[in-house]
Amino acid sequence: MSAALGTDPSPLLRVEGLRRAFGGLVAVDGLSFSIRPGEILGLLGPNGSGKTTALNLISGVLAPDAGRVVLEGREVAGLPAHRLSRLGIARTFQLVRVLPGLSLEENVVAGLAFGRDPAWGTEARARAAALLERVGLGGRAAQPASVLTYGDQKRLELARALALSPRLLLLDEWLAGLNPTELRGGIDLIASLRDEGCTVLMVEHVMDAIRALADRCVVMNAGRSIAEGPPAEVLAERAVIQAYLGEDDA
Amino acid sequence: MSNAALGLSLLALAALAALPFLDTGFWLALAINVAQYAVLATAWAMFSGPTRYVSLATAAFFGIGAYTVAVLGEALPWPLVLLVAGVIGAVMSLLVGFATLRLSGVYFVVFTFGLAELVRQLVTWFEVNVTRSMGRYVFVEISQAQILWQLLALFGALLALGTWLARSRLGFALRVIGEDETVARHVGIDTARAKVALFALSSVFMALVGAVMAPRWTYLDPAIAFNPSISFTVLIMALLGGTRSLLGPLLGVVPLAMLFEVLTARFPNHFSILVGVVFLLVVYALPQGVSGLLARLRRGAVA
Repeated sequence: MSAALGTDPSPLLRVEGLRRAFGGLVAVDGLSFSIRPGEILGLLGPNGSGKTTALNLISGVLAPDAGRVVLEGREVAGLPAHRLSRLGIARTFQLVRVLPGLSLEENVVAGLAFGRDPAWGTEARARAAALLERVGLGGRAAQPASVLTYGDQKRLELARALALSPRLLLLDEWLAGLNPTELRGGIDLIASLRDEGCTVLMVEHVMDAIRALADRCVVMNAGRSIAEGPPAEVLAERAVIQAYLGEDDA
Repeated sequence: MSNAALGLSLLALAALAALPFLDTGFWLALAINVAQYAVLATAWAMFSGPTRYVSLATAAFFGIGAYTVAVLGEALPWPLVLLVAGVIGAVMSLLVGFATLRLSGVYFVVFTFGLAELVRQLVTWFEVNVTRSMGRYVFVEISQAQILWQLLALFGALLALGTWLARSRLGFALRVIGEDETVARHVGIDTARAKVALFALSSVFMALVGAVMAPRWTYLDPAIAFNPSISFTVLIMALLGGTRSLLGPLLGVVPLAMLFEVLTARFPNHFSILVGVVFLLVVYALPQGVSGLLARLRRGAVA
């Protein structure tokens, strides 16, 4: 796998020796990986292994104690979230966050108005309508976000992230908690994003989705990367099974 | 607010400007009082409504505006005095804003309350140790009618600004921040800058009201200018009216300004207690304010 990375001179995002501690707990401890343009990278690992902290470090919620985050050759570690959003890093949240007091259209316009390729007024409304259509919420622009079902809130959140015209899309358990129908729709939606050339880093526990979508996976345990490669290979590795199930069951 | 609504409001303000020709006693005094709180409460709601940051710093900006007049009133022509008051209000709000708008919830409330007290103490310290006299006389040639006209002009300017803001990206950014500040940061909004910008705009109007009102007192000391009850009165008026729309606060200002007028006249010794009771009633009975209640009734009528 490291050979594969070596042949690729310009990854979209390169993370090197990333570290972040909360008091005595080292949540992310020397994490390194790269994402190539247009690929879907799955970030896996048992609960508490540091996946969400890693996303927070990449998206600017937290500043790393050490290490580098390089987006298209530019050092971006420690930049505040709004700067990273404008540089093209968009994200969804583990606990879905829509803007309940705003309409669906306004929720998406929030992503359009201040982003990398900003739009306002008529143009923003037109683009918002297209994005809502794109995620399967077409024709509901005027509804308040507070009436949406859980699955639709997830769709809306994705539309808002896509509104930023992201170079890199971070999905934090975007498929978690969906019913089987919604899950199939969600997987198809992410697959169609990849077909359009979108680069995605997804934290996910739904293994069917990882097998269907991810080109490669990085598996974390206790803040470190313990395996990296295509999903089928990685999920069969002994270290990965041990991390999930413990020594005895592996 | 639509252009038509804004136009009608400005016409109404222009009509009110004729009041001093009809009466120069009680009604003019009442109109000045209502206009003063209309500007203060609307300016307060312009920042605190969308962001949901409850500020008790109104007295600090009002007081600094009033004090600017007390110090410079005789030294400079009137328009320049107002300009200086506005600039001082802006500078102070920027300093305070960048230092405090990272705070949220009750911490921000407590800090802004403390700020008014801090400024009052600083001015007191300065007067005691540098000028060596507490209190100043305000001698400027400004009539009561002129005070009303200036307040109406400020209110008109504030309504125009608010109308523009509601359509602007800045105003929208503030609404997103009020909904979810984390999301706001992740869609590219520089939340600190947006909040400080609006806090400053709102504070400039408060400082200008203080400056315009200063000639009503012939004598001014820090306890009068930085009276914390101004902050609470403005807060309760804006909450009663409702902060969701531009004219919402006005619905709280008019009844409460009149009620307080009656209370001060009839029960001067129990005023604070009665205001406290009113405060509780407003918060418990009308959490969305009068404008929120009207909106609900209208929705109910449609449904």
